[in-house]
Formats: sequence, C-alpha cells, structure tokens
Amino acid sequence: MTKANPVLILEDVEKSFFGADGAVPVLRGVGLTLHPGETLALTGESGSGKSTLLHIAGGLETADAGRVQVAGHSLGNMSDTERAAVRCNDVAVIFQQFNLIPSLNVADNIAFQARLAGRSDDGLTVDLATRLGLSEQLRKYPEALSGGQQQRVAIARAIAARPRVLLADEPTGNLDEGTASDVMDQLLALVADTGAALLLVTHSPAIAARMDRRLHLSRGRIV
Amino acid sequence: MNVKVLILLILWPFATLAQGFAGLGTDANGFAVPQPNPVFDFPSDHGPHPDYRIEWWYLTANLQDADGVDFGLQWTLFRTALAPGEAKGWTSPQVWFAHAAVTTPDAHYATERFARGGVGLAGVEADPFRAWIDEWAMEGPDFDTLSLTAQGPDFGYDMALQANGPLVFHGQDGFSVKSNEGQASYYYSQPFYQISGTLHLPDGPVEVTGRAWLDREWSSQPLSDSQSGWDWFSLSFDSGDKLMGFQLRQRDGSFYSASTWIEPDGRMTAYPDGAFSAVPVAQSSVAGRLVPTTWQVCLPDRALDARVGAVNTQAWMPLSIPYWEGPVSVSGSHAGVGYLEMTGYE
Amino acid sequence: MTRACLAALLSHWRRNPLQLFAFLAGLALATALWSGVQAINAEARASYGAAAATLGEGQFDQIVPVAAETLSQSDFVMLRRSGWLVSPLIEGRLGDVRLVGFDPLSSPAGFVAAEVTQPDDLGGFLQPGQLYADADTAAQLSVDVDVVIDPNVAPGIAVGDIGVVQRLLNRTDLSRLLVQPEQPLQRPVLDDIAPHLRIQAASQTADVGELTDSFHLNLTAFGLLSFAVGLFIVYSTIGLAFEQRRGMVRTLRALGVSLPRLVMLMILEVLMLAVVGAGIGVMLGYLIAAMLLPDVAVTLRGLYGADVAGSLQFRVSWWGSGMAIAVVGALAAAGARLWQIARMPLLESARPRAWAMTSGRAQRVQGAIAGVLLLIAVGLAWGGTGLMAGFALLGCFLIGAALALPILVRPLLAYAEKAARTPVARWFWADTRQQLPGLSLALMALLLAISANIGVATMVSSFRLTFVAFLDQRLAPELYVETANAVQAAAIEANLPKVGASVLPLLAIEITVAGQPTRLFGVRVGPTYWQNWVFLDTAPDAWDVVDAGTAAVINEQLARRAGLWVGDMVDVTPARALPIAAIVADYGNPRGQLIVGEGLFRALYPDVSARQFGVRTTDRAGVRGILTSELGIPDSAITDQSNLKAFSLQVFDRTFTVTAALNVLTLAVAGFAMLMSLLTLADLRVPQLAPVWALGLTRRRIGQLELLRAVVFAVVVCIFALPVGLGLAWVLLAIINVEAFGWRLPMHLFPADYAQLGVYAMLAAVAAAAWPALRLMQTPPATLLKVFAHER
Repeated sequence: MTKANPVLILEDVEKSFFGADGAVPVLRGVGLTLHPGETLALTGESGSGKSTLLHIAGGLETADAGRVQVAGHSLGNMSDTERAAVRCNDVAVIFQQFNLIPSLNVADNIAFQARLAGRSDDGLTVDLATRLGLSEQLRKYPEALSGGQQQRVAIARAIAARPRVLLADEPTGNLDEGTASDVMDQLLALVADTGAALLLVTHSPAIAARMDRRLHLSRGRIV
Repeated sequence: MNVKVLILLILWPFATLAQGFAGLGTDANGFAVPQPNPVFDFPSDHGPHPDYRIEWWYLTANLQDADGVDFGLQWTLFRTALAPGEAKGWTSPQVWFAHAAVTTPDAHYATERFARGGVGLAGVEADPFRAWIDEWAMEGPDFDTLSLTAQGPDFGYDMALQANGPLVFHGQDGFSVKSNEGQASYYYSQPFYQISGTLHLPDGPVEVTGRAWLDREWSSQPLSDSQSGWDWFSLSFDSGDKLMGFQLRQRDGSFYSASTWIEPDGRMTAYPDGAFSAVPVAQSSVAGRLVPTTWQVCLPDRALDARVGAVNTQAWMPLSIPYWEGPVSVSGSHAGVGYLEMTGYE
Repeated sequence: MTRACLAALLSHWRRNPLQLFAFLAGLALATALWSGVQAINAEARASYGAAAATLGEGQFDQIVPVAAETLSQSDFVMLRRSGWLVSPLIEGRLGDVRLVGFDPLSSPAGFVAAEVTQPDDLGGFLQPGQLYADADTAAQLSVDVDVVIDPNVAPGIAVGDIGVVQRLLNRTDLSRLLVQPEQPLQRPVLDDIAPHLRIQAASQTADVGELTDSFHLNLTAFGLLSFAVGLFIVYSTIGLAFEQRRGMVRTLRALGVSLPRLVMLMILEVLMLAVVGAGIGVMLGYLIAAMLLPDVAVTLRGLYGADVAGSLQFRVSWWGSGMAIAVVGALAAAGARLWQIARMPLLESARPRAWAMTSGRAQRVQGAIAGVLLLIAVGLAWGGTGLMAGFALLGCFLIGAALALPILVRPLLAYAEKAARTPVARWFWADTRQQLPGLSLALMALLLAISANIGVATMVSSFRLTFVAFLDQRLAPELYVETANAVQAAAIEANLPKVGASVLPLLAIEITVAGQPTRLFGVRVGPTYWQNWVFLDTAPDAWDVVDAGTAAVINEQLARRAGLWVGDMVDVTPARALPIAAIVADYGNPRGQLIVGEGLFRALYPDVSARQFGVRTTDRAGVRGILTSELGIPDSAITDQSNLKAFSLQVFDRTFTVTAALNVLTLAVAGFAMLMSLLTLADLRVPQLAPVWALGLTRRRIGQLELLRAVVFAVVVCIFALPVGLGLAWVLLAIINVEAFGWRLPMHLFPADYAQLGVYAMLAAVAAAAWPALRLMQTPPATLLKVFAHER
C-alpha cells in the first residue's frame, strides 16, 4: 500500500499546566503520525494527557515544545486566528459532551461546520442523516433528542465538514453499550468512505481494538 | 427692506418682474388715463394726482466743483398706487419710494427709500411746494425756489435751486405719447434750474454748482406690451439750448422716439416719432451687463449730430428696480452736459 | 462563514423569544421615554425659535418705550422724518391668538414675519387685509378678514399688515419699532428727540427659552432617568443571553471561528438588535410625545405665555439622539460581557453559572465603586457650586445608592437565614440570598424608580403646598383692574375709596440691578402687605422703612444672583443706593424684583403712572358694578382674584400631570425589568428547585414562596428607597432648583403618599412575579427529573 503524505504529525510534544504547586508536566515528548484513511486509538488512564494531546493536535491548545503539523500546516508559529482557520477547514472534533448548538435544528447543526468552511452540501447533509438514522429528526432541536441521537448528530456534523483529520474525544463515553457499538460502526464506516484520518481517545479496550493502530499514553509518554 | 414684498407690491397685479420700469403698467384697471389737450393748473398740478397709477418728481443735475471736476446728482420721488384715490392711515393705496444718487468720475453712490402713504411718512404738497420721504425733502416757497436734501448710509447732499426760465411741456402741450398704440402720459419739465450746495461724500464735503433739470410726469400706463425699455436724454448745450429726447425700444427691434427742443428763452418745439435718433456707439460692462455708454445722437432738424458719453460708465443703480442713470458730456456738432437714463437692460 | 456564524448567534433569539422580547422591549421603552421627552422639548424649542423669528426677537435692535407698554404712531413718523430708519410693529392678543402687525415696506431684510408668496394675494394683504397663520391658529380666529393658511407661521401667532392688525385690536398705537441695521449718514441722538423711548439691543430681548427652561429641564431629567432604568433591563438581558451562550461560544471556537471574528459578529448582532429596539422606541416616543404635547402646550401658554405647536414633527434632533443613545447604551451594556467572552479560554466549562455572578471579587469591586460614588456625592454636596455639580451630585448619589443595594441587602438575608427556625424557612432565605445576584439589576432599577417617585412626589407636593400659600400671599387683592388711560386710572383712585374699597396701584418699570434684568415696583404700603407677605429674612419694621423710602425689599432670585442679603446696599438707580430691609420668596419668576415705597418710586420716575390696580374690598359685586357702569371700564378689564388663583393652580397641576405620567411610566418600566429578569432566570432556577421538589416541597408551595420572595424584595427595596428618595428630593430642592432658578423651596414630608407608593411597588412586584411563579408551578415533573439524569 503506498502511503500518502502524513496528514497529522506530532513530534516531541511537551505540555505542562500551571497549578498552585508550580508546573505540572502532562506531556513529555510525545509523537505520532497519521496517514489519510488511518484510524488510531489513544488509550491511557485518567489524567494521562490523552485529551490534552488531542486538543493540541486540533490546535485547541498550544504545545509548549515540539512540532505539530496538521494537513501540511505547521501550527507552532500560527496565531489564534490562523489555527482557527485550520480547524475550520481541515479538522473536525467530536467531543464527549456533544456540543451541539441548542438553538439550531438537527439539519442546521449537521451542516454547520461545513457552512463555516464554505462547503456545505444539502444533499450530503440528508445523506448522512439517513445513514445515521436521523432522517426523522431533521427538524427537531437537540433538547428533544436522546443522548445517542445527539452524539450521532455530532458525528454527522464532523463528517459533513469533510475534514482531513477527525479527532474524537471519547465519543461514546456517555452512551450505553448497545448504542455505543452502533455509533462506532457508523463512525468507522463513514471514515472509511471519506478517507479522513481518525484519532480517537477512548477508555474502552473494545473500541480501541477496532482501530488500525493503538497508542498507550502513560504519565505523559507513549508506551 | 423685504425686497420680495416690495417688488410684488409695486408690480401687482403684473407678473413681468424682469422688465423693471417697463413692467410698470401695461393696462389701466380703473385708473384715470391722460387725455389729449390737457389744461394744467399750477401750482396744484405740481402736487400728486392720486387717480393715476404712477407719478414722479425727477431731478437730475450736472455739477462741478471748484477744480472743474464733473459730478452728477439725482433726486427722485416716485408715487405708485395700488388703487386710485387716497385714504387716511395705513389703508391708503398710495405707496411712495425714492432714489438718490451722486456720481463722480470715480464713484457712484445710490440709495433708496420706501414709505406707505396716508400716515405722513411721505407725500407732496403743492403750495407751498414740499415733496418729502422720511428726512429727504425737496421744498420751497414755490416751484422756482427749492432746497433739496437726501442721504444714504455713505453719502448725502444739501442743495439750493433757483429756476430762471419757464416750465416746458413735452409732446402736444404736455400730452406725451409713448407708442403707436397711443398710450401717453402728462409730462412737463423745469429745465432751467441753477443749483449749488454741498455734497457729503466719504472723502469729505464738496462744494459744487451747476445746472439742474426737474421732470414731472404721471400716467397710468407708461408703456405698451411691445416695449422692453427706454433710453432717455436730457442735454444742456453750451449755446443755451436744451434737448429732451427719448426712444422706447420695441421688442421687434424698432424704436418709438419723441423729443423736445428748448430754446434759451423757453420756446419749445416738439418732434414726433422718428425725428430724434440715438445710436449706441460703445458699450461697457456694467454690473454684469453690457450697457451702451457712448451714443451718437441726431436731430437733423436742428443739425444735431453729437457724441454723448458717460462721465462714469459705472453709474448703475443697484436698487430694487435696477437701471442706469448718470451724467454725460456732449461733443460734436454741439457741446454741453446732460443726463442719461437707460432702463430694461438685462 | 460569517453568514453561518451570524445565523447561529441569531438563532438563539429565535429559540428564546422571551429574551428577545425583553431586550427589544427594554430598549424600546427606555428609548421611547427619552425620545418622547426630547421630542416635546424639541417641538417647544422650535416653536420658540419660530416665534422669535416672527417677532424679530434677538435679530434686530428695537426701540421701546421707557416706562409704558406702547408708543404712539406719531412717534414713529417723527423718528422716520428725522432720519431714523425704523419699522413699526404691533402685538396684541385676540382671544388665544397673538396678532402681530408689521409694515412690509419698511421691515428690515431678514425679518420674515410671513412669506408672502402669492402675488395675487399681495394686494389683498394690504387691502382689505389678510392674516397669515398656520392651520391650528387659523381655526381659532374669528375675524372679518381672510385668513391665509401658511404652515411657516409660528404657532399661536397670526401675522398681518399693521393697519389691519391695528383695526382688529382696536388700537391706534404701536408696540415697538425695529431698527434697520443700516442707518443713514446723519441722524439726531434718540434721547434728544424722544427721551421717552430707548434702544433695546438685539441681545437683550426676553428669551422665552430662558423662561421655560425649568420646565424643560424637569422633562429631560425624567427622560434620562427612564432611559437609565430601561438600560438596566437591557444590561441584564444581554448578561443572561451571553451566559446561556457560553456553550455555543465554545462550540463555535472549537469548530474554527476565530475569536476576533466572533467578537465582531457579536457586536454586530447587538447592533442589529439595538437598531430595531431603538427604532421601535423612537416610534413609541413619538406616540408618547404626541399624547402629552397638548397638555404641555397649555401649561406653557398659561405659565409663560409661550406658544407651542400642538402637533409634533419628526426632527432629527430627537429621533437621532434617541437612536444614538440607545445604540450606544446597548453596546455599552454588552461591552462588559463581550470583554469576558474575549478573555474566556477556549475550553472553559460550558455550564451557565447562575452563581458565577456572585464571585466575591465582583462584589467587592461593586461595593468599592458604590462607596467611592457616595463619597463623591457627599463631597459635591459640601463644596460643589453650579448646576453641573448639582447634576453630578445627583448622578453619583443615585448610582452609588443603586450599586450599594445588593451589598447591603445580602447581610440582611444572611441574618434572616440564621434566625429562621424551620428548614423550609431557612431554605427560603438561603434561596433568596442566592437569587440576589441574578435579580440585583432589576432590584436596582426598582430602587431607582421608587426613589424617583418619592423624590419627585416630595418635590412637587412641597412646591404645591408652598405655591398655594404663596398665591394666597401675593394675590391678596380681590379684584384686579386694567385701565386704558390716565383718566380711568384717576377715576379709580378717586372714586373707589369712597365706597370703602382700598386701591393698590401697580407701579412698575424695567431696570437693571447688579447686571440683572429687574422689575422695580412701587407699592402703597398698607395692611395688605403687612398681613400677607412673608419674608425669608427681614430686618425689624421692614415695611415701615420701605414706606418711608429709606429701604428696599428684593426677591430671592435677585438676592442669590447678586449675592445680596438683608443689610446690604442695593442700587435702585445708579445714583441711589438703599439698604435691603427684607428678602421675599418669589417662586417661578426668573427675573429679579426690587420693591420700594410708592412715594420713592414716584419721586424717581414721575412719568410712570399706574395702569393696573389691585382693589381690596369685601363687596366684589358692588365694586365691579361701580367700575363698569360709572367709571366706564369694560368687564374684560376686571379680573377676579379667585379666578386668577384657580387658573394658576390649574396650570400648575397640568404641569405636573406630565410629571405624574412619566412617574408612572418609569415605575412600569422597573416592574417590567423585574418581570423580565424573573422570566429569563426561570431556566436557571430549575436545577436549584429540583432537589427541593424531590425532597417533598410541592410545586404549588414553591410558586407561593416565589411570590412571597417578590414581596420580600419589594419591601426591602421600598425601605431602602425611602431615604434615597428623600435625599433625592433634598438635592432637587436645595441644590438643583437653587442653582438653576435662584429660589429655594422648603421641603415637606408626606408619609401618606410614601405608604401609598409602597403599596403600589409591592403590587407591581407581585404582578411581575406572578407569571414566572405560575410557570414554575406548572413545570412538568419530567423536566425537574432531567436535572438528576445529567442530561443537561
């Protein structure tokens, strides 16, 4: 299989937080690479820094040291606005807490990031909704949906944006097992269709097992 | 003065504002109309005639100071009526206005006044003669001996006049026809005044002496619709003769003229239309208009072929009704001085 | 991207129509009251300007009589015949309409009493005569000349030729002469040819605007207060909206909207809403002004003789300032929140923090600001001078008190909680305390509104009480008679005493004292004055020395403006100074007054004779009969004092009708603020109430407790509002009024009024709380349960 250029490169990333007792290092020189179409699971105990690493990969936080390159853009020297632009066009994030816009209906929520990037496609919206079993809910508002449905909307939104890199932070953390399994099926199918790279943070070994690769973070390092 | 109101007032009910003097009447509307073969009664006819629409007491003078510098002076009191007759108080239909001017070779001063009739602000009494408006006055024990005062914001004068000749009646014994349609005015003059006094000018007072000419005219329709203005000459020649000549300019380019030749003893000869001609020779730019200020004046019957030129070409009267009026000097077949008035030049 | 982002921001309002309504309504109400007041003021000012232009006020020098009301036409002709270029003017009243006659031929250029534009009518202007007036005025005229409708003529005035107006007014004299700016070379000095006339420079003519300033100031202060209260609503609504959208902000940033763009769009959003709200407000303002204007016009005519148009025009000055102040106010209100958003880290917790507004630090800052403001207020009260200082004092005091309210209330609630004995009671007080920050803005608005009501009500009532006493004092004579000439005057003086009536001639002349325009009065000292006049300060036997011609009395205005008091010397004429024997109050008069005995007055001004007389008698009908039948005085020239008093009081009451209306509106706006706060906080209340409900408190009980809480808040605010309101009244009476107008009213208290106001406030609070309480009572259990399911 010929490998295209990596779409996500992290090298020697370091990050510390400043608390009452001084600097607490969270990441101590972490690196990983993702190629288009690849899926990678990040596992580790709570507090191991996986979410932080994910955030850095998406430009939501800045690394103290190390190289971060997303879709060819080097995030290190970028201003906040430039990083926002990268996020908008090339990255999509799925949070644990759904983060839907409560005052927009499902259809608008799905299309939202795509519209921000200027590449919305109504057909794609409906298509994704159907594939995720949301076609009945298109006109409804998030508060009327169950947890699983809301998470599916979040996924649809991320996919509809056609990102190069998909970052998911425990997307099924709030769901029961049956729903979680369904949601993962749908996510992986869509990722395979679009050729995006997926970096997934998870507690669950079962889910981690379904990814192409796994990386385990312990006390700020990859082990 | 509220110019808009005044103009509307004077020209009511006519709409032809642009004609200035020419707009002063093209139809009679209840006013009396001059009739041929008038019989004048003096001194009462020196006074006003309220049944006629427009009337004036018009004095012009050619003066010289001790150094021989030429000056011109004008004092005019106009009466116009909104309706024939008189009434007491503010309801009087008579409206008075006056112009005063002094012309020097370098400057021209002019000012105007307005007053309603019926309240004592202005008027004319025949015997003893008194014509006044505000503090301006032309008055004396009789028409031959008069004192004359007027002033504006920047000039004034104080003069004494003495007539040494008889009254002169223009046209047919004072019935002066103005057009082929036949409308006319009553018109006589006292051209034989000696005048002396003081001019108060911005540079200081000037003692002057000279000759003055007083015109008296009243009518209800001085002009016809076909006329746009006139050029009027009063000339005093060194020979002692005098000439009054005017031509009314018709809209179609033709003229209607009339003139009176006055001999030193007061004998006068009235000439009909066509005898007198005045042809512009040179124009000057005056107050944004082109106005002829040098004329060639002819009266073949008297072998008159003279050049008449303005002493000061800028003698424009920038008043509510604007026109040109100033002293002139005469050369050519006859020499002398005089006054020129031109109206209707836009 | 912009469009999508903006759509997301605006969608919040679509899903929360109540918040949108609160924002728009709050801003609209605030703007409406402000621009309504400004509209009234602008209309009045325009009318004064038009009237002044019509009458040549302030533009040209004038020639006026030294000691009479009119000058003769022969004076006019004589002046013109001497070389003075002057133009005659006559003014008089025909019913309610002011007639002005002028001479179009001699009036100076720029004096546009009427645009006489139709040549066909011009002849008719002079004969038989016409009047030019605007439509409203024309309707009030019943004259035998044509009235031409010309909207350019100032309201309440009809213009015509001098001859026509003289005839309509049945007069043959003139009021004054306008002096042409350009005069001829030489003319005699005025004193030489007409010593009974004087020149009044253009700048000295009485400015109606000056006279009516107090009234307009009153209105403006109200408009400002209402605006501030309304702005509170806007501030709290924006705060709430922004709080609820913290999650959306985090999402937007996470999805790739950059911070600067986001802030820009939020500003744009506020701008758009503000423009809509302001636009609605301006429309409402127009309606309010249109409703109040007729009352205002009557007041102004009665109080000051000023004519104001009865209809309102859209003028940029007021709708422009209304829009501007509303948009700026909304942006300022949003500013603090936008600042917070801008500094918020991207991944901050998204939960709305009902309790976050109470951060100890914020409280301390607020307390410090309140303290500083109150200190500044005290400082200004102590040492400040001038009207601006007075207003600054007012502002600092009110805002300081408002900011201090929540900080002072909190310990009270904590104490109540400790003192509570049942768990429900304890929870009630604790919950009340917890609600405080969210409601603090509404409560501050309520405090301001109630204080304003108390303060202004106190001021007005004190004014009225004092005014009534003042009228009784000054309007002692039973009849007032105006005579047309010296013959009638002499007849009155000779005949009335024979039937037991005493005659008090009113001798007056305009002079200048210590640089102030002043009216000098000569009074016939007698029982009327001894018994009725009350002095602010007096030397012993004041009336005796005044009668002897060795002292004078001045009014409070003159005293304050010239810095004089009892015992000081005052120049009655440049050559004659007298000691001041007493100071008399003179409410509402913008001019100074100097009073000397009749003998002295006649000695100083022998040419001035009295045309108006006060008549004291116990037999009004009899004396009236003598005046009309024997002395030939027309009935219209005799005024009964009781009519005069009733009229004055009526005008007074009408003036304060407007104030009362604005008062009610302000209170309503504050109540509305409370309603909106409660409604918009309702969502945040659910997780707070859910546990209590789960533990057994019924929803009905919860609703009742909500109402009780509203009452508690109202009572607390009322208690605080009382001292603030009284303080406000004191500042208005003792400082603002004195600085602005030179006279001081004593302050009276009206406990009954305050109690009544308290009841209204409580009713307003209950009304405001009723709907939210009802909604809470009807919250479906499922919603309450969801709180526990962490599905929020």
